[in-house]
Amino acid sequence: MLILECPYCGVKADETELSPGYEAHLKRYGPGSSPEEFEAYMFARKNPKGVHFERWRHAYGCGKWFLAARCTATLEVFGTYPAQSGEPPAELQAKIKAKRPNWEGYK
Amino acid sequence: MKRYSVFAIAREAMNYHLGWEKAWGNPEPKKDYDVIIVGAGGHGLATAYYLGKNHGIKNVAIIEKGWLGGGNTGRNTTIIRSNYLQDPSAAIYDKALKLYEGLSQDLNYNVMFSPRGLLMLAQTHHEVRGYLRTVHANMLQGVTTEYISPARVKELVPIINIDGPRYPVLGALYQPRGGTGRHDAVAWGYARACAAMGMDIIQQTEVTAVRSEAGVVKGVETSKGFIGCKKLGVVVAGHSGQLAEMGGFRLPIEAVALQALVSEPIKPCMDVVVMANTVHGYMSQSDKGEMVIGGGTDGFNNFTQRGSFHHVEETLRALIETFPMISRLKMLRQWGGIVDMTGDRSPIISKTPLGNCFFNCGWGTGGFKAIPGSGWAMAELMAKGEPGPLAEEFSMWRFKEGKFIDESVAAGVAH
Repeated sequence: MLILECPYCGVKADETELSPGYEAHLKRYGPGSSPEEFEAYMFARKNPKGVHFERWRHAYGCGKWFLAARCTATLEVFGTYPAQSGEPPAELQAKIKAKRPNWEGYK
Repeated sequence: MKRYSVFAIAREAMNYHLGWEKAWGNPEPKKDYDVIIVGAGGHGLATAYYLGKNHGIKNVAIIEKGWLGGGNTGRNTTIIRSNYLQDPSAAIYDKALKLYEGLSQDLNYNVMFSPRGLLMLAQTHHEVRGYLRTVHANMLQGVTTEYISPARVKELVPIINIDGPRYPVLGALYQPRGGTGRHDAVAWGYARACAAMGMDIIQQTEVTAVRSEAGVVKGVETSKGFIGCKKLGVVVAGHSGQLAEMGGFRLPIEAVALQALVSEPIKPCMDVVVMANTVHGYMSQSDKGEMVIGGGTDGFNNFTQRGSFHHVEETLRALIETFPMISRLKMLRQWGGIVDMTGDRSPIISKTPLGNCFFNCGWGTGGFKAIPGSGWAMAELMAKGEPGPLAEEFSMWRFKEGKFIDESVAAGVAH
């Protein structure tokens, strides 16, 4: 069972208390973008077997969206951080790099 | 290949059963092949089989990371049906169903196809309208289905509780030709037929890179060295995204875990397949007597081949209301498979940005029932280089064009 800590209320919540929201840090494309950009934004996900940055909502708690770093091959959770982050915090990236030396890094 | 028959059994019975030959060999890879198929599951083996049978291409290798049929082919709930809403899906799933009907004879291998009938319960008024629409669509597609009353459901499934307070049965979509098959036997039957045509099934060999020159595929790097090919077919379900990355492009696919479980074996009590999409559960009884139960997918990317416990709990809680007699059953085993979900929940059988490289993936939660039709369509695509009528709507570029085959609304989670 997945347990993630909500960065807002500090509650360690299991997955029944949370709603998953798939890949985080998507760059949004709208009117005026090319069909390729819009297709990639809508459908082409990284879907890595390994370190994955994703969105979760503390649905049965504070109700807020937050972001998490998790390994899709082992379900290990590296950490969570607020949804207002443009990219994963540097200390979280350093922590992941220490645990997964072969990780290619964010982006 | 020695044919299996009642005479073969008699002959071997006289001979202490020492004369049975191996169904397929364990060959070392050759330097190059006309066609390499990555993935020896049902879809990959069926592709190879129809390449040989329909198109005469027999210099084929099927490369498998683990063991033959050990992925989703061996992990599904073996349900076979073709009552889909959209025309392209109905066409390919009904092709598959028709091939299943003659598959044991065609392969000379008993795949135990059992057209026992399949019910999709309508438990909300929304579902009633949805299934009536599907019945009408199926009529136009030439797929025989009917909408039946709760009384008829009770007649077909005596163990069902049709007037539960929370999930009453308001009717059902009934496909009498649907049913189940023996999932392992489908992979084994195709594998034996492929080996008999001289194809190499290379197990325990992982593809680590795709080699290409000037945008055209030349072969694959594997854990047993480089193997060259003229055409490459990738049929790897959950790991399609990883193989696409090796080919230098990205697919509109995310991998999630779908799980299933079986109960202890009990005496025969239900001789149809029942799917209840409102509660994300479906159930049939295997020949051994186990109740085979499928649940919903997890909502997050996952490659671990195990599902969340709370999904098991949700599925069983709802099924117990519909089937009160299973409340005392012990569950024996639970497992997960990694399914490749596309944005519109329909598969991809397509050319790719890399020349002579073809992908068959995105079957999501409904791949087993499609195996023969999928192999048929993929073999046609690979042999001719252009999709035939079955595959042409399933191009990977439909997401850019907005030509979705929208089955996520039509079928919900249970496939």
